[in-house]
Amino acid sequence: MSSAPISLWTRLSNPSHFMRWSGALVPWLAGLSALALGIGLYLAWFVAPPDYQQGETVRIMFIHVPAAWLGVFFYGAMSLSAVGTLVWRHPLADVAQRAAAPIGAAFTLICLVTGSLWGKPMWGTYWVWDARLTSMLLLFLIYCGIVALWRTMEDPNRAARAVAILTLVGAINLPIIKFSVNWWSTLHQPASILRMGGPTIDPSMLYPLLVMILAATIGGTTLHLYAMRTEVMRRRVRTLTIREAERLDAGRVAVTAPASNAAALPLGQAL
Amino acid sequence: MDLGTHAGFILASYAFTALVMGALVLNAVRDRRAQTRALRSFDALRGSGALRGSGEERR
Repeated sequence: MSSAPISLWTRLSNPSHFMRWSGALVPWLAGLSALALGIGLYLAWFVAPPDYQQGETVRIMFIHVPAAWLGVFFYGAMSLSAVGTLVWRHPLADVAQRAAAPIGAAFTLICLVTGSLWGKPMWGTYWVWDARLTSMLLLFLIYCGIVALWRTMEDPNRAARAVAILTLVGAINLPIIKFSVNWWSTLHQPASILRMGGPTIDPSMLYPLLVMILAATIGGTTLHLYAMRTEVMRRRVRTLTIREAERLDAGRVAVTAPASNAAALPLGQAL
Repeated sequence: MDLGTHAGFILASYAFTALVMGALVLNAVRDRRAQTRALRSFDALRGSGALRGSGEERR
């Protein structure tokens, strides 16, 4: 493999560089996601026809499917970040993982609630303990566990390693979610977009759905970058707070030496 | 637009999604403001350049 992509990746993932390029990118992505969402909602509500069996209830699909996709997508991204944390101990990998967890949890919750609201009129029940629904609920509980674990440990380095291991253990749930509808008999319909032989959804509904998935993905990515930038700032605050506390502790409050450059401090490193 | 007999389920789905997404965005903005405020106070205290590179210098 050429060293150019590696060097580009190293440069982009440098925390100082990340703050620079992401700061310029986030407003553009936010505008793009708002535009895509507007188009997607218009197509979903005014262009896509009612389903011949489900009627208007099919409109729930346009938020349920993108939410399900992003719930799984963010967990996949967190698993890759967990490898980055454990293997390379890259500070930005941990930042990415921490910022993604609440966003992924929120999308998974939307998927569960909208699925439940779709299930009642179609299946006659809000909930069944079948493989797809249960594995999605498990994904939500893993997200909650990860967020809770982070809050119980004060040292970001220790928390990062523990969370990375938990994330990788939980990643075994991802193929179970995907193939649950094939492996077990479930009330949930089988895969209808990503399947051998192509999508089974009529193009009049498929294209609005794809636009909504694209809008949700851009929107989720925007939120993730925004949260990552905040997380970098939080770690800078933590480092400066510890430094200030040490300074006060040593009785050198009126120190005359210039304070060191906070931007050069390592991220998430306890002093 | 007539959403039929299941209108409540459809509208509840969209309302819940809007609520969760709104909470997610508001929480992200609130968190950013808190961190920016903290960094600004460090900056005022010691002129540490804490906000350098964060994109919040001029706000």
